This record gives sequence, structure tokens and C-alpha cells, in this order.
Amino acid sequence: MPERRAADWLDDRLGLGAVRELIEHKTVPVHSATRWYYFGGITLFLFAIQVVTGVLLMFYYRPTVAEAFDSVRFIMTRVEFGWLIRSIHSWSANLLIFVAFIHMFSVLFTHAYRPPRELTWWSGIALLGLMMGFGFSGYLLPWNQISYFATKVGADVAASTPLIGAALARFLRGGDEVGGATLTRFFAFHVMVLPLLTAALMGLHLLLIQKSGMSTPPWIPPAGVRQMKFFPNFFLREAMVWYGALAVLGALAAIFPWELGEKADPFASAPRGIRPEWYFLAQFYTLKLIPSHIWIFEGELLGILAFGVLALWWTLLPVWGVNRAGEARTRLVAGLGVLMVAYLSVFTILGYLK
Amino acid sequence: MLSWLLGGGAFASFASFLYPVIRFLEPPRITEAPVNEVAAGKVQDLKPNSGKIVRFGAKPALLVRVSETEWKAFTAVCTHLNCTVQYLDSSRQIWCACHNGMYDLSGRVVSGPPPRPLEEYAVNVRGEEVVISRRA
Repeated sequence: MPERRAADWLDDRLGLGAVRELIEHKTVPVHSATRWYYFGGITLFLFAIQVVTGVLLMFYYRPTVAEAFDSVRFIMTRVEFGWLIRSIHSWSANLLIFVAFIHMFSVLFTHAYRPPRELTWWSGIALLGLMMGFGFSGYLLPWNQISYFATKVGADVAASTPLIGAALARFLRGGDEVGGATLTRFFAFHVMVLPLLTAALMGLHLLLIQKSGMSTPPWIPPAGVRQMKFFPNFFLREAMVWYGALAVLGALAAIFPWELGEKADPFASAPRGIRPEWYFLAQFYTLKLIPSHIWIFEGELLGILAFGVLALWWTLLPVWGVNRAGEARTRLVAGLGVLMVAYLSVFTILGYLK
Repeated sequence: MLSWLLGGGAFASFASFLYPVIRFLEPPRITEAPVNEVAAGKVQDLKPNSGKIVRFGAKPALLVRVSETEWKAFTAVCTHLNCTVQYLDSSRQIWCACHNGMYDLSGRVVSGPPPRPLEEYAVNVRGEEVVISRRA
């Protein structure tokens, strides 16, 4: 048979036997928390959507102050299905971060960060940071009023970093003010630097998952857990979930097309109701509440430092979340996880409403 | 010894590749002539109890016509996180929409997170022209 011969020909040259072996033997544990395994896959799927729609948008987008806003308006009003591609790109970016958060908290609540999966957790946190970097850099690209001021605030937050703050803010802005140099820099970050880093880290993340296998929660005895074959059983289920995600994404993009707003004017006041993307709202609202001075320190500086310490502490979960024997400190971690979910949810909602 | 030489050479060559890249990424410092005075428009362009943003060099400034004869001007850059403030005619205060910082008409912080007052500029009316200048 010709296809058999073609497969053998490829096998001789690429050594596909190892891949086939891997696919045939990979399994997924079946238990009460199996559903949470799907969220990593949905994040990956939404990232693939971002790559495809992002490449399409690049065919028309122009990263200059004079042309950026008009080129996005051109995409939305003149290019066939341009409104849909741009709307899917924006909605998918937001859903991606939302699903990545669910994935992170599911890993926390099922205690999958415990040894030997520390590197998987750290690469995942770094990926979440990169996704937020994509969000922050992509937000500026349409060069509208809201994104302009969000970037000014974001760069100023970076300027509060101890020791390197001023240099970091200049590096991000490409100068002392948010302007054309910032736009071209953010474009370079968004379409080249961050995708390359993401591809490398995502490869490492998937490799680590492959190496350690799927984690089972500590309350499920590893012996005797039923296993499902990854291919085709789990893969087909995951594919159905991807279809579901695509349906939700398509509906959101079509029913609530992403708005463009007004063109940025560096010499206009910040508009009423200005707020960052929803995933920065909790920090935004917290910064709003902190008084101008706490003792002899500027409140803003303390707030930003506190966020930095919190992020570092969160990243170090595999260190403080396990005892000396390497077993998860389930109550402590779950309790703090619930507190974090509560803080993020309540402050995000308050940041949106107030 | 040989491995030290080899390692040192590799490190030095790597550093010599990296140095121009780092310097390339650092934005060039463009020294602009400092702006100390700008013409902010005509007297009749602004009604009493209203304000507008004007260009003061590379940064925005807020010009407020408090009454028929009284004028005020400040930097429009909020001291909190760099947003551009606006004049609220209802409360006769200066407000930053980003984090709800409020200043009075002397530039002092009334409420919210801004850590410092707004820098105030001098306003002179020369005939029909309103001129803003940095205070000495």
C-alpha cells in the first residue's frame, strides 16, 4: 500500500517509532478531578488561535503613531471579516488569561506543584507572566485613548521597581514618554520577543508534563487509579472541549465585537471610567485604595512592592507548600488559595464597578 | 589552565556580542531645549470656571480660568502614576480619572493616592494672549 510505504519512508528518516511509542503508551488518570486536566489544553488551543489571528492582523496593521489607529479601523471596517478576526483576537486573549488562571488554581488545589513538578509550576508561572506581557503590549497597539493611559500607568508602575525602575521604564517606553518609540517597541515585544520566549517555555512546560506524567491529587491513592489512553480517548474528549471553547469564542466575538474607542491624544486628559484590562483590575483597585503616604513611605511604592513580594511568594509555592518529606501541606495551601481567589474576584469586581 | 582560557575566551566573546545589543536597546538620550514659557491661547477661548490641557514642551499642562480675572496653571501630570489630570467645574477641583486623585486649585492633594502636589506654573495675560511660564 502506498501510504504504508510513505509511512515507512518517513519512519526510516525521522525515527517516528519513538513518537508512536509515546502516543500509544501515554495515559491519563481517571478520578474525581480529571476534568481539571482539560484547562491546560484549552489554554494551548486559545494560544494557537492567538497565533493564527495575530498573523492575519499583521497583514494590515501598521505600528506607527500616525497609522496604528487608522489601520485597525481599516481592518474593522474595510477588510472582509476584519472585524471578526480582530474581535476573536481580543476575546481569545482575554479568555486565554482567564483559562490560564483556572489552570493555575486547579494545579494549586490539586497540589500538582509538589516534587518532582516544581519546574512545571515555575515554567507555568513564567508562561502566565508572558501571557500578561502579551496582554499589556497588545493593549497599546490600537493606539486608542484608554490603551495610551493604561500604558503610561503601567510604565510608571515599572518605574517603581527598586534600583532598576527608571532604566526599566525607559527601556519599556523607548524614551521618557509613551509615544511612537513605545508603540514600535511594544509591537516588537508582541510579535517577536514574547512569541519566541513563549514557544521555548511552552516546549519546556509540555516536555516536563510528558516526563513526570499527569499528577494525581494527594487524597487519591496512586495505586489502583484507573487510566485512560491519551490517544484517542483523552485527545478526542479534549478536542470536543476545544470545539466548545471555539463556539463560546465565536459567539462572544460576533455578539459583542471588540470596540476600538477613540484615537490616543497625548495632550488630552485621562478619560472618565478609565480602567486597565480586567486581569489588572484587582491591583488597579488596590492602588486606588492605598493612601498617599503610609508612615514615611509613599503608598504607591509600598503597594507596588507588596505586589512584587506577593508574586514572588506565589511563585515559590513548591518550596513553602510542601513539608520536609515532600508532601503537600494541603490545608495551608488550599486555605491560602481560597483567600487569593476571594481577593482577586472581589477586587476585580469592585475595580470594575467603582 | 586551558579550560580557564577557553571558558574565559568564550565568555569574553559572548560579552562582546551582548554589549552592542544591550546598548542598542537603550533608547538614545535626546536633549531637548528646556521649555520655560508657552502661549496657551486667547483669553476668550476659555470661559470662567473651566480648564483645558495645553502643550508645555513635551508634557501636558492644565490651564484653569478660575474666574473672569483669575487664572491658574499646573503640570497636568498626576504625581501618582503619570496620568493626565482634568479640571472639574462642578467641585472646582483638579481630578485624575485613573486612580481618583483629587487636588485643589493650589495643586495640593485633597484626597486619593497622589503622594505630592502638582507643580504650579505662573500665568500672565498679555493683551489677548494667555502665557504660562515655569516659576523661578
